[in-house]
Amino acid sequence: MSALEFINVSKNFGGVQALEGFGLALAQGELVTLLGPSGCGKTTALRIAAGFETSDSGSIVVNSTDIAARPAHQRHMGMVFQSYSLFPHLNVRDNVSFGLRVRGIHSDERRKRAEEMLDLVRLSDLGHRMPHQISGGQQQRVALARALATEPHVLLLDEPLSALDAKIRVEVRDEIRRLNRDLGVTTLFVTHDQDEAMSISDRICVMNNGVIEQVGSPRDVYNNPSSSFVAHFVGSINTLHKGNTRILIRPENLVLTTHDENAQWRGVITDITFVGAFTKISLRLENDDTPISVLAISAQIDNSITIGLNIGINEAAQ
Amino acid sequence: MRTPLQRFRIPTRFRPVGLLPFFSFVALFLLWPAVSLFRLALQPTKNSEISAIHEAITGQYLESFIYTIKLSLLTALLGVLFGSLLAASVLRIQRPKWFRHFMTSFTGVAANLGGIPLAFAFIAALGTQGLITKLIDSFGINLADTGFRISNFAGITIVYLYFQIPLMFLIMVPAFDGLRATWAESAASLGAAPWQYWRHIGLPLLTPALLGGFLLLFSNAFSAYATAYALSSGGARLVPVQIRFFLQGNTITGKDNLGYALAAWMIIIMFITMTGYLIIRRRAEKWQQ
Repeated sequence: MSALEFINVSKNFGGVQALEGFGLALAQGELVTLLGPSGCGKTTALRIAAGFETSDSGSIVVNSTDIAARPAHQRHMGMVFQSYSLFPHLNVRDNVSFGLRVRGIHSDERRKRAEEMLDLVRLSDLGHRMPHQISGGQQQRVALARALATEPHVLLLDEPLSALDAKIRVEVRDEIRRLNRDLGVTTLFVTHDQDEAMSISDRICVMNNGVIEQVGSPRDVYNNPSSSFVAHFVGSINTLHKGNTRILIRPENLVLTTHDENAQWRGVITDITFVGAFTKISLRLENDDTPISVLAISAQIDNSITIGLNIGINEAAQ
Repeated sequence: MRTPLQRFRIPTRFRPVGLLPFFSFVALFLLWPAVSLFRLALQPTKNSEISAIHEAITGQYLESFIYTIKLSLLTALLGVLFGSLLAASVLRIQRPKWFRHFMTSFTGVAANLGGIPLAFAFIAALGTQGLITKLIDSFGINLADTGFRISNFAGITIVYLYFQIPLMFLIMVPAFDGLRATWAESAASLGAAPWQYWRHIGLPLLTPALLGGFLLLFSNAFSAYATAYALSSGGARLVPVQIRFFLQGNTITGKDNLGYALAAWMIIIMFITMTGYLIIRRRAEKWQQ
């Protein structure tokens, strides 16, 4: 039994097909990411699950019940937005316990539960603060605690890390993954950032133009992309020719060689970018000027590799 | 070496000099008139034991204040109610897009249309010989028989609402706009029915604008003068109209400082209202950032 299932969901916005025959099932406790460029329909799918948009056709099934006709407040979904969206006139504790308040739960019980949730996101000493008195990362963790306080069927996250700076983004991302594992809450995560999707998901659902391109584990999507779109959108990839066959190779699956006269391809180095443990080397192929890139371990790059050097390129042994 | 910014900066001890024009203005046009007003208001009037400021809240003057405050409260309350409802309903209309701009421009004009032109427009519509009065008359209803006069309490209330409702509309449009859609969505996903969202989130967030708007509308009505004067041909019992009698010298000799005392009380009431308004704004600004 799926915790959340989209069955053949379609949505058209004034002539634009935002979703077409969208079908996806999330197992209990699973974290699935909807990944795709902006306008691919990922947020629409999430908003349809939350009940903020109605689908033109199809069903949304939660624990064997079709909830497509239910209003948002009767769906029992936890939602976290990019913009945190804490209620600005309520302190952190009252924000977290809001869902319990509207359910008519007694104030002592609410307070206890809010403290537990704040403990869970490691903000127990900030309960009395107002949202504007805490940082963006802390606000987003409060939003997570608020969404989880009512023990929702599914946690829906709409680009929750996009407004945070790089270091905090990783912290909150790990926090989300930890909460998903510890609480076993089924999570649907929307992002356009492939690194984010790779590092957090059990499965990734790559979308384009309102349809699903591929669903699979991060490793699967990266290593065995089902289409050229997926290959190009998830990670970077080079298009090369082997005889008359066009092949797609990841930059880390190519190696440079200075002494192999019979290298598969030859090219001229146009740029060298040091990115810590790895170095990205950009080249132009000798025969057809195609730009490609090779990702090499920095320790293996010596001083002889310079811009303008004509060098051999081979496919790495798998 | 000093940075360019430091070189052109006015030394700290001379900095208050820059505020001199402002303080001179305040002293000349606000403080000095107010102080002399209160000084004169505190003196007793002719043949009277009590000070003018005391006498100004007795008898017919007290009635004037009660009448003015009642009118201001009523028009402010109705203005808040209908102005807010109007703003909420206009914002719900997404299309055509020009509609909202039209309403904002229209209310902008209406909120500032007051005084004698407005009074005459209403006299032409609802006066004893007014267009609407005659129209209603043709259906067999005599407006005068119902006790309605454009110059009495009900009449002045209707005319005041013509600028009070648009003013509240202009205050509430940005306030409603300030309510983020994601707050309503967050509340819904947390299980709040629409009425619970309004009860716990929407209304509390709008309260500063509603209260501030109420106080602004109150002072707007309280200090309005020309409209009421023209409507009643000077007969209205409003405090600003009463002050005019004293300004014209159209009163018993030796009672001049009663006019100052009435003005002094107006300043006191306006001061209290505006202080309330500022406190509400300050409180709201804490989280409106």
